[in-house]
Amino acid sequence: MQGSLYLAWRYVRHHWIKTTILVGSITLIIFLPLGVRVLILQSARHLTARAEATPLLVGMRGSPLELALNSLYFGTESPEALPYSDVDALDSMGLALPIPLYTRFRAQGYPIVGTSLDYFAFRDLAVSRGGMFAMLGECVLGARVAEQIGVGPGDAVISSPESVFDIAGVYPLKMRVAGVLAFSDSPDDDAIFVDLKTAWVIGGFGHGHQDLAEASAASGVLRRDSTSITANAAVVQYNEITPDNIASFHFHGDVGSFPVTAIIAVPPDQRSSTILRGRFEESSGVAQIVVPSDVMDELLGTVLTVQTFVLAAVVVLGMGTLATAGLVFGLSLRVRQRELMTMTKIGASPASIRWLVVSEMVVVSAAGVALAFLLTALTASFGPPVIRAVFL
Amino acid sequence: MIRVQGLEFRYQRSDFVLRVAELEIADHERVAIVGPSGSGKTTLLNLFAGISTPDRGTVQTAAERVSSMPDSARRRFRVQQVGLVFQEFELLDYLSVFDNILLPYFLSSALRLDDAVRTRARSLATDVEIADKLARNVAKLSQGERQRVALCRALLPRPRLVLADEPTGNLDPSNKHRVVDLLLENAQAAGATLVAVTHDAEVAERFDRVLDMAALQ
Repeated sequence: MQGSLYLAWRYVRHHWIKTTILVGSITLIIFLPLGVRVLILQSARHLTARAEATPLLVGMRGSPLELALNSLYFGTESPEALPYSDVDALDSMGLALPIPLYTRFRAQGYPIVGTSLDYFAFRDLAVSRGGMFAMLGECVLGARVAEQIGVGPGDAVISSPESVFDIAGVYPLKMRVAGVLAFSDSPDDDAIFVDLKTAWVIGGFGHGHQDLAEASAASGVLRRDSTSITANAAVVQYNEITPDNIASFHFHGDVGSFPVTAIIAVPPDQRSSTILRGRFEESSGVAQIVVPSDVMDELLGTVLTVQTFVLAAVVVLGMGTLATAGLVFGLSLRVRQRELMTMTKIGASPASIRWLVVSEMVVVSAAGVALAFLLTALTASFGPPVIRAVFL
Repeated sequence: MIRVQGLEFRYQRSDFVLRVAELEIADHERVAIVGPSGSGKTTLLNLFAGISTPDRGTVQTAAERVSSMPDSARRRFRVQQVGLVFQEFELLDYLSVFDNILLPYFLSSALRLDDAVRTRARSLATDVEIADKLARNVAKLSQGERQRVALCRALLPRPRLVLADEPTGNLDPSNKHRVVDLLLENAQAAGATLVAVTHDAEVAERFDRVLDMAALQ
């Protein structure tokens, strides 16, 4: 038995191209359905866990899925913005704690999330290094962002301009890193958090510049009268907020009209939640309220339907591949008839010959199965983050 | 000793019939069997080895009545008592020279592979001057070297009978003489009876006795 196993091993090793093809086929037959299943289950677990931890979301009417994906995972597609006055309106209802989110901007590919300090308590996020942002222009990094771009407290990150060709658009803001959050195994690890007002500064709703009343800023004055000073394009605008220039930063217009992309509503109890939902559903306003877990369940329902079709296709493909693998084994045996006959002449029993052939199948199948399970384990570990990075 | 009496063998769906009334080959004798193609030389070797069984008559090889043994006993007898050398060597191209020599030990539980066997395999390889090629794949050897590997494989289990089917059929003249020398010397050294089928009269002359198939039937 040991001798047959050794011969089988030498045979499959010598014919490595055929062996590789067979092992690859068996791996695919097992891995495709198993990997798809594991990937969907793991992704579903990640999706629903985050959604279930977020009771209600308020956003502009439109796609609930887009609102949920952007607010939970900070995806690149931003929903239409709500005015900040809606946050105040929600707060004045007294039915839920409103946590604003403004997620339009990015820095080095990572989303900049403008929010309030309530967000960190709500998500149970703790600072592991440095401190929480305390001043306009400061930011706190998610653990993975800090690790990936190699910055920490005291360093700076610069927001990305939305379009390099739009000179009238969003200007980069150099933000001081106040702290780094502890790893949370959530999309918060991949985000840069700033105060909502800092996000508005990035959006151009607020800015800081030279004091035009001072003589040193004379070249930046277009017109001066008794009540106002009008600046020209030569006025120096600040792209970094420091203790020296923070006093010059100000906002133009009504704060109530400034944008937020979503509001997380955290009701104290089920009753408040129901009343709040009722009010939004009865309202003919432009805002909608969604239950993220319902939105994700609907998405997963669609995914599971697709999965069924994918698995059916994979099973058909697998049967075809299995038949091909069987054919390869069969043809291989026909080609080896003379070799097997020699073994018989030397004194091998039919059982030994059968065991030799079975051993070859076992070696190839075991390698295929092991590889398939290894790939499935890797998919379980790395699949959901990849799915999140690619699709959300 | 090989003793054949009243042997009759026919293949299914063939008109060919091999008949040998009586034949005796003594222990340690070196016999060449000659005859035209299709005269039944290889069939006779298969009957001696117990690969085939006669329809009538008896074949007694090395004190065992091979023709009446059950299959499993014939296989055990063959792997322990008979060394086979094939015309086209029948080496396994996915094994090294050393593993090809050890092949009978991988195939049958009747033989036990241990360090003594491995040492003997190396010694045989040294005798036939292929000791430096033991780790090499057999596909990379010359015809003469391949035949020497086949000879080592046949002799390793210390068989009492060595059966060679056209052992020089595929060899050039220089290799042919070398292989015949090796066969004769090593069979004698191993104390084995040697029966070789050949078409080559020059090769046949080197044996103790030449049996003509035409005269046997």
